[in-house]
Amino acid sequence: MKHTASVTLVLTAIWLANSGHYTALLLGFGVVSIALVVWIGHRMDVVDHESQPLHLTGKLPGYYLWLLKNIIASNIDVVRRAWVGPSAISPQFETVPADQKTDIGRVIYANSINLTPGTLSVEVGEDTILVHSLTREGMVSLKSGEMNRRVCGLEE
Amino acid sequence: MLTVTTITLLVVMAMALSRAFVGPTVFDRILAANVFGTKTVLLIAVVGFLFGRPEFLDIALVYALINFIGVVGMLRLIEYLEEDKQSTEDGR
Amino acid sequence: MSPLEIISAVLLAIGSFLVLSGAIGLLRFPDVYSRMHAAGITDTLGAVAILLGLMFLAGWTLVLAKLIMILLFLLLTGPTASHTLGKAAWKSGLQPLTDGREPAGDSGKGAE
Repeated sequence: MKHTASVTLVLTAIWLANSGHYTALLLGFGVVSIALVVWIGHRMDVVDHESQPLHLTGKLPGYYLWLLKNIIASNIDVVRRAWVGPSAISPQFETVPADQKTDIGRVIYANSINLTPGTLSVEVGEDTILVHSLTREGMVSLKSGEMNRRVCGLEE
Repeated sequence: MLTVTTITLLVVMAMALSRAFVGPTVFDRILAANVFGTKTVLLIAVVGFLFGRPEFLDIALVYALINFIGVVGMLRLIEYLEEDKQSTEDGR
Repeated sequence: MSPLEIISAVLLAIGSFLVLSGAIGLLRFPDVYSRMHAAGITDTLGAVAILLGLMFLAGWTLVLAKLIMILLFLLLTGPTASHTLGKAAWKSGLQPLTDGREPAGDSGKGAE
């Protein structure tokens, strides 16, 4: 029920922000299309804790801040290597452990790896992720497991 | 600064296009197309501000959606073609 | 120029530089996997900087909400698109170039 409420709220916000015309007719169209989308979502069985991870809401902002700091640092690194050229990179291709218990935890972990420039998750397995890294240092810091631990911390 | 950003984005899009022409693999071309697409979204947004017409942002939003679905759809197609090729080779 | 316009100009300049660096990497790096990393710069921080710069120009209007929506959408779909691309390339049997030395940091394997 709370997932339905959350998806309705998000869709309403998107409609109101995109429309900009607040007449009865257009708001009526808005209500109809939101109801239609929520109904189709239920039929497809996608309105659940995976598409609306409400239980993570409290912990996500802190993780995002840490991720943003990481993204900026690795962006600067990759930019430097792009200007120096191919001699500055040492590509690595390996599997790293993913200790998350739930699917959504693994998805968050793989997406975080992808969002950080310099590392790219190629294939997600049961408890490992195949990662391509632009540099040796990137792979070493990923294997030190801090990001893995933090995503595990989100699940509890 | 909006003008400078517009010119930079156009240059970057030209570079992405040249990567799409050179290849060498089909994935290089799709990657270049994806980069070209995200740059188009940014270009439309910046040009909207440059000409004082922020309504362009709606187009940018739709373009972002089309770009994502286009790239993922293309990759699925290539994956299926590969599987198809492999299964016919096995069948021989 | 007002302070907001100066902040926006600085952010737009940073974004332009990042986007240009990504394109340089796209042209210079040796194989498709490393080129994907270069494209990643422009997808994350480049887009964030340019759209933030535009947000400072927009002020408190509906335009701001639309810019935030574009930004969120780019940040949410970017990793998915590059994962799909990497996976498709890997499935098709394209081997990445590596620097040919021993795997990095084996102590990380099986870490509890």
